[in-house]
Amino acid sequence: MIKFNQVYKRYPGGHEALKNLSFEIAEGEMVYLTGHSGAGKSTLLKLIAAIERPTSGSAIVKGQNIKSLKGSALPYLRRNLGLIFQDHKLLFDRSAFENVMLPLQICGFDHRESAKRVRAALDKVGLLKREKSNPIALSGGEQQRLCIARAIVNRPSVLLADEPTGNLDTEYSGEIMNIFKSFHQVGVTLLISTHDESILRQFPARALALKAGELVI
Amino acid sequence: MKSAILQHLRVIRFTFQRLLHTPGASLLNLIVIGIALSLPVGGYVMLKNIQGISEQMAGTPQISVFLALDTSQDEISRFRKQLKEHAAIDHIEFAPRDLALKQLQLSTGLADVIGGLTQNPLPDAFIIYPVAMDVQKLELLRDDLKSWPKFEHVQLDSSWAYKLEALLKFARLAVLILAAMLSFALIAITFNTIRLQILTQREEIEVSKLIGATNGFIRRPFLYFGLAQGLLGGAAAWLIIAISLQLLNYSLANLTHLYATSFTLSHLSLSDSISLLGFSAYLGWLGAWLSVSQHLWQIEPR
Repeated sequence: MIKFNQVYKRYPGGHEALKNLSFEIAEGEMVYLTGHSGAGKSTLLKLIAAIERPTSGSAIVKGQNIKSLKGSALPYLRRNLGLIFQDHKLLFDRSAFENVMLPLQICGFDHRESAKRVRAALDKVGLLKREKSNPIALSGGEQQRLCIARAIVNRPSVLLADEPTGNLDTEYSGEIMNIFKSFHQVGVTLLISTHDESILRQFPARALALKAGELVI
Repeated sequence: MKSAILQHLRVIRFTFQRLLHTPGASLLNLIVIGIALSLPVGGYVMLKNIQGISEQMAGTPQISVFLALDTSQDEISRFRKQLKEHAAIDHIEFAPRDLALKQLQLSTGLADVIGGLTQNPLPDAFIIYPVAMDVQKLELLRDDLKSWPKFEHVQLDSSWAYKLEALLKFARLAVLILAAMLSFALIAITFNTIRLQILTQREEIEVSKLIGATNGFIRRPFLYFGLAQGLLGGAAAWLIIAISLQLLNYSLANLTHLYATSFTLSHLSLSDSISLLGFSAYLGWLGAWLSVSQHLWQIEPR
């Protein structure tokens, strides 16, 4: 599903964010990405979503080489990935419902079919009753769950989550991890970056540990 | 296919919602575009109207040649033959002086005065119908005829109409230049409007790109917006001209009444109106397209 081979990422200015990274994530696997902030977790996720390109090495995602991926093929790769951001990236000029609707609009889904899917996704994260609310009226945990609903509404085969529990207290973190676990059970590939040790103990899975851009396990 | 059409319809509905979302700014933009377009188009309408009058009044061009009083009958028949053979002349009419005098007596009621004359003061005359219609060739023919012996007075009728035509040609060029410049203005206005929209929707564009929107999907609402703005601006120009013509016609009615004629300025024809709307819509689309291609690539998610 995701295969990195001797991947380096050097930013303009010389900062080497990732060094000699080689790993593989199989289909349906749930994997943690751990390490301190600045260890390169976000950069790694950005490479998988083709937001950044590797400087050298090969990064294969769903059979596509990110380094040589054409700009016109990029949107179609991203439609297969569900992205969950630490800062949520929700749009505050529209309701929760419309936020979740956006990926389906982009793919050109029929309106009635989309509405059903949006409600199903909102139900999944427990926000069905808040569909008409503006995201700004939601709590931090609710915003994170809304972001998850938007990521899964398109039924992607891979979910990438960047510090999904970063700003949340333990109770909310548990809720969100339970949602992820249920996706894992239906065969979705998950890559979750976190620096929260308690989550790893509570929901054990394979972990890739990064330290100063290098894999340490 | 059906979903593609539905998607376009949704974008169109969204475009009008966006126009109505900021009614003040939208209206102001439309008025600016309307005024900018109404200047050259109004000029074009005026020229069309003036051209209509000049065509009405000019008719077919004629050259009148008045011969010297001492021209003999032999000379006249020789001239007649030469004129008939002239390449630039289609046909001629001869008006003998005796006939002209009789007509004058009959038509003007000056019989008494004319009867008192001891000799006929009128000359023999040829009325010449040239082949060519354009001013330059007519003037060339006139100058040629002037050089003939005994051709005392050569007059190119309706030459004023031809001078007017030349003047109109000049004015038409001026209108064209104005139109070209203001077309650029329209493109610039749309360019800037779209630029501001892109900046205010930066976040939405970024998120859309992150969740798999193609460039075409992101570009589409802006292109439709430019198209709609151009189209409505063209309609505003049409209305501005219509209202101006109403006002002008109202005061023109007083004027033409004094001259016992009736004349009204007419608006653009249907096909010209459609051309105006089509052209302004195209310019709006072009401005939006330029703006989008200039600015959209700068917004990449990080």
